[in-house]
Amino acid sequence: MSQILNIALAGNPNAGKTTMFNALTGARQSVGNYPGVTVEKREGQVIVGEKKINIVDLPGTYSLTAYSQEELVARDYLVNERPHAVIDVVDASSLERHLYLGLQFMELGIPMILALNMMDDVRKSGKKIDTEKLSELLDMPVIETVARTGEGKQKLIQEAVRYAEERNGTWKSIKISYGPDLDPVLLDMADLIEKEKFLTDLYPPRWLALKYMEGDVQIKSFGDKAGDIGKKLNQMVEKIQKHCRATLDTSPEAIIADYRYGYIASVTRQGVITSTGQKERIIFSDKIDQVLTHRIIGPCFMIGVLYAMFVLTFSVGEVPMGWVEAFFAWLAGAVAGFTSPGLLQSLIVDGIIGGVGGVLGFVPLIMVMFLGISFLEDSGYMARMAYMMDRVLRIFGLHGCSVMPFIVSGGIPGGCAVPGVMGTRTLRSPKEKLATLMTLPFMPCGAKVPVFLLLGGAFFHGAAAEVLFWITIGAWLTAFAVSWVLRNTVIRGEATPFVMELPPYRMPTIKGIFIHTWERAWQYIKKAGTFILAVSILIWAAMTFPSLPDDKAKVFEDQRKIVEAQRAADLNPENQEIFKKEIAKINNMEAEAALKNSLAGKIGTSLESLTSIAGFDWRINIALMGGFAAKEVIVSTLGTAYSMGDLDNENAGGLSDRLKNDPKWDTRRALSLIVFVMLYAPCFITVVTMAKESSWKWAAFSVFYTTILAFLASAAVYQGGRFFL
Amino acid sequence: MERLCLRQMLVNQSGVIKSVKAEGELGRRIRDMGLVPNTEVTIVGRAPLKDPVALRLRDFTLSLRNNEADFITVEVPGV
Repeated sequence: MSQILNIALAGNPNAGKTTMFNALTGARQSVGNYPGVTVEKREGQVIVGEKKINIVDLPGTYSLTAYSQEELVARDYLVNERPHAVIDVVDASSLERHLYLGLQFMELGIPMILALNMMDDVRKSGKKIDTEKLSELLDMPVIETVARTGEGKQKLIQEAVRYAEERNGTWKSIKISYGPDLDPVLLDMADLIEKEKFLTDLYPPRWLALKYMEGDVQIKSFGDKAGDIGKKLNQMVEKIQKHCRATLDTSPEAIIADYRYGYIASVTRQGVITSTGQKERIIFSDKIDQVLTHRIIGPCFMIGVLYAMFVLTFSVGEVPMGWVEAFFAWLAGAVAGFTSPGLLQSLIVDGIIGGVGGVLGFVPLIMVMFLGISFLEDSGYMARMAYMMDRVLRIFGLHGCSVMPFIVSGGIPGGCAVPGVMGTRTLRSPKEKLATLMTLPFMPCGAKVPVFLLLGGAFFHGAAAEVLFWITIGAWLTAFAVSWVLRNTVIRGEATPFVMELPPYRMPTIKGIFIHTWERAWQYIKKAGTFILAVSILIWAAMTFPSLPDDKAKVFEDQRKIVEAQRAADLNPENQEIFKKEIAKINNMEAEAALKNSLAGKIGTSLESLTSIAGFDWRINIALMGGFAAKEVIVSTLGTAYSMGDLDNENAGGLSDRLKNDPKWDTRRALSLIVFVMLYAPCFITVVTMAKESSWKWAAFSVFYTTILAFLASAAVYQGGRFFL
Repeated sequence: MERLCLRQMLVNQSGVIKSVKAEGELGRRIRDMGLVPNTEVTIVGRAPLKDPVALRLRDFTLSLRNNEADFITVEVPGV
């Protein structure tokens, strides 16, 4: 193999670009993030003849302005990496609209091949596209494809390789006319840029001039740094802006868009597209929409879909989740079997296996949820959901697309914030995404539910289910209210425009859905796994060290010896059970003493003076700190702290009685704890996932603000409750 | 012929865009999506709460909010 050819795959969202990428590269692909941004980067290899081709999937964009991250990434990749060719994948049934991006590639001058995708739809609709004529008019290879079936993909890649070699890295930009007002100025600006050699090694001069007129932030900042040239260009643009405003009441930017669409129309109307009227696919989509976005049926159907998604995630996901958990339980048991009890065993079993098992246990949930989300996205329904929900969520500074992550996070109790946070990827608008991320953790996730059930059962006359219902309502209201506050303070900013495509409904490809799902799950395993392992060891250490001083440990040891001696002496088998219980009780008391003596216990005790305002003692403090590692830990830690021994979540009945009979516990305290658990810091795994979706700064912010909010709310409930309860 | 704001159009009504006044990011998004003068648009539906609105143009379907539609003037055949 001589040379590796780099070919970029570009196109509008919903053009079938990803399906084409999957069809071309098969399983040989990898996903990562573009440096510094959250946009996904996918690469894959394919061999054509003797040549190795590296295909880079650029983010889907409608244009090449530098407004969104996606657009900037796509553009920077093309000009900085200079791939040998770019394949523009367009939806042939909406050719005019999709050529808008293609035209911008042509203006940039990069060697380009046009893939007329979804040709099967075009043929069915009775429309005809004269591919040869189009190829001639655009002066580039044009290939008909159907990415879903793989039709034309061989020809496409072969032609791309041939064309890339023929062009041999030369860029030829086309110059289209922007009318009598802009053309002369563009010419002058291009001449000036040429003369001063401003960025001419990267961009064609006329293209730079166009970007200046469009007010492109990135190019302008380059110009400002270059000094004089920037100033001159700015002056020229200002002058033409004033002229356009005065004579035509419009902006150069608008004129440029007009002329681009004009150029496209001039191409497509030269007998390229001959329509026989019927537009079946859209008509079919319209018919579905008449039902699915109907005023009454639409929302009902949507609630059904959301509920089904939820049930699917947590009932189907629970099965393999059970296997993963069972595997780790078995592993823990096996390791405990051949190591001797002690610190090392505790580290491996409780710290490492417990920590990693906890993380990997989520993988099945994440996969099932992404299967669902990928399906909803690829089928086109997700866009309809956003369309229907937007009006309501907009009030709170959120976006129509926010509803899904909320539901998955526990908007219906029992969800989980980890897949919810990953689900925010469907939100393209950065501010709304952040607001969604920051308020998701209020939802009653599956790990918080046992706490609510325990306290609800013990202190609210067994009405745990009603308590859970009101908690859920409270969680939604809090999330909306907080989101509203955040969007008017720290995440301030205009609502992102809702100019959104409603793609025609289509059946997603199974391959595409599975590839998506696996990519995301693998990213989660890889990145979250390593980091969380370290933290779970730290937390284990905080709850273990320093260990009980020898003299105190000896007291328990002596007690145990006495009971053992009694047990050995008593031959009555009926009494054996009593002795066993006696020993377990001593073990539990030792565990309680050890926990109080550990670093976590000491912190818990030292926080008492503060947390007593909300009614929490050192035991609750430790449980809540443990809950930061994983909310599941709260009930089991409370069990240890109240010397109930290890408790599993389902079997907290003993603890419930114990709390009910404890004079320090009352409804006031229970309510305060419920409020705190509902609101305080998301668990550690969520925080790590959140940092991946936004930044560590925002993840840290979420930990602090939620905890402070939780404390204030709990304190208010506890102190205020004095007068009511 | 009658000129009115896109917001006022009824479902199933068609017209031709005459002007797009939006600037900045919104203006750019609107234009990138093909909402430029002389384009024919048809209202195909409204969300359950009457906002956003769904449009058909250039063989595809687009949604935008009413307050975004306010920037767009359309010429519709007179009654």
